[in-house]
Amino acid sequence: MSIEVRTAAPGPRPSLVKDPTDPRPTPKPSAAAAAGISHDTGWSIGDKAGLIAAWVCGISLCVIAASIVLFMAWKGIQFLHLDMLTTSPQASLDQSANGGFLDPLVGTLLLTAIGIAFAVPTGVAIAVWLTEYGRPAGLARLVESGVEIVAGTPSIVLAIFGLLVFQQSFMGIFSFTAEGGAVFGRSFLTAGAMMALIALPLVIGSTREALNTIPRHVREASYALGKDKASTIRRVLLPSARNGIATGATLGMGRICGDTAIVVILLGASMQTTPESGFFGLFRGTGSTLTSYVYNNSPAGEGNAPDKAYAAAFVLLMIVILLNFVVSLIGKRKAPQWN
Amino acid sequence: MELTEDHPQDGSAPAAVVPPLRRIVVESETVPIRVGDYAGPPDPNYGRDPWQVGTGTEGEPVWVEERMRTEDLSIAYGDNRAVKDVSIEVNSGEVLALIGPSGCGKTTLLRSLNRLVELTPAAKRTGRIILDNQSVDDFDVTQLRSRVGMLFQQPNPFPMSIFDNVAYGLRERGSKKPRRKILEPVVVDALERAGLWDEVSSNLNHPALALSGGQQQRLCIARSLAVSPEVLLLDEPCSALDPISTSIIEETIVELKSEVAIVIVTHNLQQAARIADRVAFMYLGDLVEQGAAGQVFGAPREERTQDYVGGGFG
Repeated sequence: MSIEVRTAAPGPRPSLVKDPTDPRPTPKPSAAAAAGISHDTGWSIGDKAGLIAAWVCGISLCVIAASIVLFMAWKGIQFLHLDMLTTSPQASLDQSANGGFLDPLVGTLLLTAIGIAFAVPTGVAIAVWLTEYGRPAGLARLVESGVEIVAGTPSIVLAIFGLLVFQQSFMGIFSFTAEGGAVFGRSFLTAGAMMALIALPLVIGSTREALNTIPRHVREASYALGKDKASTIRRVLLPSARNGIATGATLGMGRICGDTAIVVILLGASMQTTPESGFFGLFRGTGSTLTSYVYNNSPAGEGNAPDKAYAAAFVLLMIVILLNFVVSLIGKRKAPQWN
Repeated sequence: MELTEDHPQDGSAPAAVVPPLRRIVVESETVPIRVGDYAGPPDPNYGRDPWQVGTGTEGEPVWVEERMRTEDLSIAYGDNRAVKDVSIEVNSGEVLALIGPSGCGKTTLLRSLNRLVELTPAAKRTGRIILDNQSVDDFDVTQLRSRVGMLFQQPNPFPMSIFDNVAYGLRERGSKKPRRKILEPVVVDALERAGLWDEVSSNLNHPALALSGGQQQRLCIARSLAVSPEVLLLDEPCSALDPISTSIIEETIVELKSEVAIVIVTHNLQQAARIADRVAFMYLGDLVEQGAAGQVFGAPREERTQDYVGGGFG
């Protein structure tokens, strides 16, 4: 049995040297070559240094990111015990007796849920108004500036502003009112409302981006079927922008999880979740989150239980990394594409 | 032409015709283009009763009836008049092709017929557009648009299932009502008339955006047909499609013209010659000439028409 080996096509290879019998005109040498200018493709010293700097910076960032994760994992796994996730914090200076961080963990999840529940409907509504209505143009510019201001405001400023607002006497239903009539202003609801402001620009931004990528003719196709703007937005545009909305919401959740200032000022700084009475008592009550727990137990805080702080910080980091992972998963989902 | 039996010879209005089910032969290389002879421009009687314009392949009469008409229609974007004093009628039973160089106002004219041009804030209209002896301004705009459907350059199915796309125009506002069972016959009928049923009957729940470009465009035709329009406006519907998909769409258009009045904007003169019965040539907003396709392409009366179509048709 023989195996036939196929080689390149038989016959003479095309010659790179011009055939003298070829009637086609020979291309003229370029003007630069004629003038004796050579194109030196070598890199200058500055370019080489820049390239090396770019490599070094890129790699060092990877090293920094890896050390954060590895260090927190090393510390975290060292001190983290599963029962910490199921026991409430206790007031004790002894690290073996001051409990776990069940309440801060639940507080983080609850506060994130409240914040995002406020931020997504509001943000989507603002994005829809900006992209689909946006008139008068002056008002639209004003709304855009407003979004930018909210996005740029430090969260500690939002927190202090929130305290000011929610301590007004008519805001009593959102927190609890002391006997003299003073409104406490601190609760999951008030902190969640301010957290929504942190997530809002992210939701607006990615929703707008998603809406803007929908071609105009898709909207017109819906109008051309006799549909009005409301049904077009609801049945065509919002479903098309679903990925963008989800991305914005997840990014916003990451921001809320990691914010400390609003929690310290607006959540009442009680280590244990302390509900008020009544049906919405939990929401009107105070508590803590992982961020405030880490702050309190770090050497800078009152608790001074660094082991617990490391363990809680590790859990927080895992939550945020998980959220980032979700964002990239959403990004891989196929968005509707026309053209 | 299936109109024969239903058409009284005395010129009175035809009874409603139920279109036959159709099957697309995807392999066909040539598409049946013209049915019989076309006798020429509509007679002065236009707009009143159906009139006979010629005979079909088997000697049966071909009927045409006015659906829409513009009267001295002008449309301006700011100071720029895109359409100037255009009077033209749109008839069921024939395909009207609008041809002309880019920027001559043919798409603007088309978009004015379903008042889509009003979405452009600067657009201003003078003159009248008549649908069924009624100004289009007297209609509720959503009602008008369900009677005057439109197809766009790019296939643009909505990001939902094939079934939901076709049912989209039939459902109320944002709701899922009426229920699928009630809508199903209409959806199936629309898909059959658009020549897509054989290809999608087994996967009505699949996402519409997974279809090929040509299938998507036929789905868009089905979506328009589902709301039973009287006029169908096509804005270069084949410009994004390959030749085979184009010929299938052209065949679909020719088959639909007995039920729906069709206006097509096209840059492709061959396409206009293949499918149009009547051709209108526009230049810089003016309606230069309109007439039977054979006349406009073969013996144009105006020099500008001659210059434009001359290149392709000698």
